[in-house]
Amino acid sequence: MYKIAVMGDYDSIYGFASLGLTTFPVERGTPEEEASKVLRNLVESDYGVIYITEELAGRIGREISRYSGSIMPAIIQIPGVRGNTGAGIRNVKKSVEQAVGSDILFSGS
Amino acid sequence: MASTQVTPTRMELTRLKRKLVTATKGHRLLKDKRDELMRQFLDLVREDMELRKKVEEGIKDANRNFVLAKAGMSEETLRAALMAPKQEVFLKQDKKNVMSVDIPVFDYDTRTSDENDIYSYGFAFTSSDLDGAVRSLADVFPDMLKLAEIEKSCQLMAAEIEKTRRRVNALEHVIIPETQEGIRYITMKLDENERSTQVRLMKVKDMMLEDAHKYSEK
Repeated sequence: MYKIAVMGDYDSIYGFASLGLTTFPVERGTPEEEASKVLRNLVESDYGVIYITEELAGRIGREISRYSGSIMPAIIQIPGVRGNTGAGIRNVKKSVEQAVGSDILFSGS
Repeated sequence: MASTQVTPTRMELTRLKRKLVTATKGHRLLKDKRDELMRQFLDLVREDMELRKKVEEGIKDANRNFVLAKAGMSEETLRAALMAPKQEVFLKQDKKNVMSVDIPVFDYDTRTSDENDIYSYGFAFTSSDLDGAVRSLADVFPDMLKLAEIEKSCQLMAAEIEKTRRRVNALEHVIIPETQEGIRYITMKLDENERSTQVRLMKVKDMMLEDAHKYSEK
């Protein structure tokens, strides 16, 4: 049995607690190492899916990319309360680029 | 392309020929694997994009509702209301093998089956906006989980496709031509050796006849 975690600034994620997901507030000003450590701890415990706000993901991208090769956990970016940075969409395009060589599907959009 | 040193022996020739057969077979198989992976990946990534747009829209709406709800009551009340959640989600993870890539399949269980357990507070001190906000977030959640599954699969498949593509290219443009070159080199060298042996034998025969009959013009 795995659990689902949500990471990000408190204002963006507090609602998820009511659904039964575990929230881990990481505020905007938190230094990169500390935020990475939170993520690392989550990966080492039983979290199968980790939702992370795009804003935070942008800061600890290095730590996130370490886990992209393994089947667990799935680290998924979600927009925060301050709106969408488009990083999630960019990520999808990036995987198309990686697979095909160039973005043939969504280059127009 | 005789950069690699090949010893022109029959044994080496057989080895190279066998290598060529294996490489060609491997190339064909990997190419098929790449094509099939690509086909599935493109379907999946299209779905991923659609779902992502939907989820982002849903979360945006939910966030807007939460901001409204927050405006209607004090920060402390809100924090207290969401402090002790009643509901809990357990994730079940399974694996599916698609062309030798393991992709995850998620399913979830909630601690209680009552769907109203997402409201972890009494209704006396909170605004009805909060109820709506929590509801709207709960509505996106199944899609969010589906998104996690599909997006992770896309990432894993993209990595595998890249790897396979490199292998196909390496076989097609390096290994196979080099082996063919090696085979051609050895065949030519062996033929050359055979011709020179033949010439030597003819020469020796001439000399022996000369010795025996002394019919030369000399």
